[in-house]
Amino acid sequence: MSSLIPRDEQDAASIVAQAKGRGTLLNLCGNGTKASMGRPSQTDATLSAAALTGITLYEPAELVISARSGTPLSEVVDTLAGQGQQLPFEPMDYRPLLGSQGEPTIGSVAAMNISGPRRIMAGAARDSLIGVRFVNGRGEVIKSGGRVMKNVTGLDLVKLMAGSWGTLGFLTEVTFKVLPRPERMSTLLIRGLDDGSAVAALSAALGSPFDVTGAAHLPAPDRQGARTLIRLEGFSVSVDYRLNELRRLLKRFGAADILEGRGAEAVWQSVRDATVLQERADRAVWRVSTAPTRGPSLVARVAAAVEAQWFYDWGGGLVWIATPAEGDLGAGAIRAATRELGGHAMLVRAPDADRSRLDVFEPQPEAVMALTRGIKASFDPAGILNPGRMYAGI
Amino acid sequence: MSIAFPTPDEAVLSRRNEILAGLGRLVAPEALIVTEDERRAFETDGLTAYRQLPLAVVLPSSTEEVAAVLRFCRDQGVKVVPRGAGTSLSGGAIPQPDAIVLGVAKMNRVLEVDFENRVARVQSGITNLAISQAVAHEGFFYAPDPSSQLACTIAGNIAMNSGGAHCLKYGVTTNNLLGVTMVLLDGTVVELGGRHLDSPGYDLLGLVCGSEGQLGIVTEATVRILRAAEGARPALLGFERVEDAGACVAAIIAAGIIPVALEYMDRPAIRICEAFAHAGYPLDVEAMLIVEVEGSDAEIDDMLRRIVAIAEPFRPKTVKVSQSEAESAAIWKGRKSAFGATGRVADYICMDGTIPTGQLPHVLKRIDEIAKSYGLGVANVFHAGDGNLHPLVMFDTAKPGEMEKAEAAGEDILRLCVEVGGCLTGEHGVGIEKRDLMTCQFNAADLEQQMRVRGVFDPGWLLNPAKVFPLEGRVAA
Repeated sequence: MSSLIPRDEQDAASIVAQAKGRGTLLNLCGNGTKASMGRPSQTDATLSAAALTGITLYEPAELVISARSGTPLSEVVDTLAGQGQQLPFEPMDYRPLLGSQGEPTIGSVAAMNISGPRRIMAGAARDSLIGVRFVNGRGEVIKSGGRVMKNVTGLDLVKLMAGSWGTLGFLTEVTFKVLPRPERMSTLLIRGLDDGSAVAALSAALGSPFDVTGAAHLPAPDRQGARTLIRLEGFSVSVDYRLNELRRLLKRFGAADILEGRGAEAVWQSVRDATVLQERADRAVWRVSTAPTRGPSLVARVAAAVEAQWFYDWGGGLVWIATPAEGDLGAGAIRAATRELGGHAMLVRAPDADRSRLDVFEPQPEAVMALTRGIKASFDPAGILNPGRMYAGI
Repeated sequence: MSIAFPTPDEAVLSRRNEILAGLGRLVAPEALIVTEDERRAFETDGLTAYRQLPLAVVLPSSTEEVAAVLRFCRDQGVKVVPRGAGTSLSGGAIPQPDAIVLGVAKMNRVLEVDFENRVARVQSGITNLAISQAVAHEGFFYAPDPSSQLACTIAGNIAMNSGGAHCLKYGVTTNNLLGVTMVLLDGTVVELGGRHLDSPGYDLLGLVCGSEGQLGIVTEATVRILRAAEGARPALLGFERVEDAGACVAAIIAAGIIPVALEYMDRPAIRICEAFAHAGYPLDVEAMLIVEVEGSDAEIDDMLRRIVAIAEPFRPKTVKVSQSEAESAAIWKGRKSAFGATGRVADYICMDGTIPTGQLPHVLKRIDEIAKSYGLGVANVFHAGDGNLHPLVMFDTAKPGEMEKAEAAGEDILRLCVEVGGCLTGEHGVGIEKRDLMTCQFNAADLEQQMRVRGVFDPGWLLNPAKVFPLEGRVAA
């Protein structure tokens, strides 16, 4: 398969225009670290953003950064750190889970709406993404949004691009709102809770006025090994005060330890990257989003039907589930649970063959699919951009 | 009038009786407003310089009724102008003679509050403030707080993706909306999102938010509710130079502090507000900041101490740190009365553009020059943290031609915002007011892509037409 690596936006536009003329199906990527996610699509050539690199604007006082889409995420993260700032949505690194190599790009973070545990407080990538430039399937360069955080001028195509997995356009430049890095990060750790009590504890913490920025529960085969984590960030005085208040609030769930420094960073990184489920590389991995308090019931239903490991991120708003890579990989049980309890599931890790025959994304009602097809056609009438990556025909 | 409306569809006007009879079969008699006197209440919104009587007004009571009305209008080729409380400042809810107004104000109930999952499900005609009031007894609130929050509906907030003074910390509507029930023009009811934090497939919820009523009618919404901070207190800082105030804003943010509100007022605005509210504002400064932080008393003290220290190098002439609720209320009273107080001294139009905050001194200087070149005054009150400007261009309606001058000055100001890297509207929406300026922010390809997406939802352009996009610009999917 040929590899097309445009040197700039205009080049990308002519490549796509030509591909449209010839009916060449394009597989869009950055550096390919997440090539094994989504539905496998049959394409004729790869269109890579690898050469579209460089930070194009960074104004720390305005809390805004723009970069070409192929810029390594690490470059953006390091540049921000140099000024004491960060991407507030704490993007997950999929490499450990997928076993892939190379540098994830900032464009893929936008295209796949990749977020992490701070999501409960700061929102997902889509909440921080304020501007995009992209080439649509007609080979036209389009811009939406901009570099200011409040903007209601016209339709918000920025949101539409976030999480569209390259099916609507080839991103060339993205602009994110950023936030200061907190002076201090501290984590309350409660041991030995079952899933139900853990989620109750997390809900209590999240319902407090203390601005919790991370909430997770890592179950263990012996309940004593289970860990429930609540993260606080901010100025030191404030973190101290809030730790005390939260300890008092959560007393009924047991004594809480305080984690700081490297150990605490490592544990949040493992929550962010789902490395908790990384060990068994032969397992399928699902990412399930549901109302926080419904997580334990959802897990109980799934675990009754298939052998499963799991953990909770975002106060139970997100459940990561590993299942045996055989049969339907637990799809039936998981989808039945999301239908009944509300929510949706994405098959994150599975062999190509399984991702071809099973729904990778939650199936949508026909009326929503009709809109989805219409939107796809309005951006990419010839259907040449990442065909079928999200849904059949999309 | 300088903003054009399309020529009404004679065929629709001539079938008025038939259309009214059809609508009458779909909703209760009291939900259909047909007399001229009663329709008059709906002839404009917050952009009162423009008025048009609608064909009729329909105020349904349920999602099913909305679906029936939309399906009927689609079949009959009748345009539909959605309306919440009619507080739009950009003419987003101004009717047209061949269109019906579909108001959601009767659907105003809280359907469910789920404190554990921190969400509320409401009908879309509920006012913004009523959501916060419904959850206040447990210490929760709904964060986006447009100035009109007492009156404006969540439907209108979703249509305009509204913000408010607190959005630097809490985001705007799109960041606080988890799901909607929306009726498409053909009567299909779709559920987008839910009470979980994100959704599969394309982010249709994000697309609908801010679409100014052109994609469908939202009848229910699921919103995030947040636990309120333990307390909040502002400090007031006055500066001799505009540049110092701007640099102080940048320094606060660079120090890692995201205040819950960061408001800027220039000299004319300070004088007007002080004369009205007697808030104790300094009259000898060029610019004033109100910086509010949240938390426990000790946290607030710590944060305000830091802010005062950060301001020091910029030689503030006034530093007033509120020590009590009464002092806080006084500081805010002046700011919150800005629009009303300005209305006492002059007629004005309130502009709404956004700029990169680094451009603040340059833009304020240029705004002043632009206003002067038309022989008009201007006062500036705005959210400094996010660069959302609200220049109040003052004029005298009694003097012929002054309003046109004010509109022209406003247009120049918005062009300036785009020129320096900002945008035409930060929170009021495009509506009819800024429709004809869209081409200065977007090129033809940008606009056509937006219009094609619009066309997917409403191929006949019947939903809130003549708004947002240039009149001649209609593009099908």
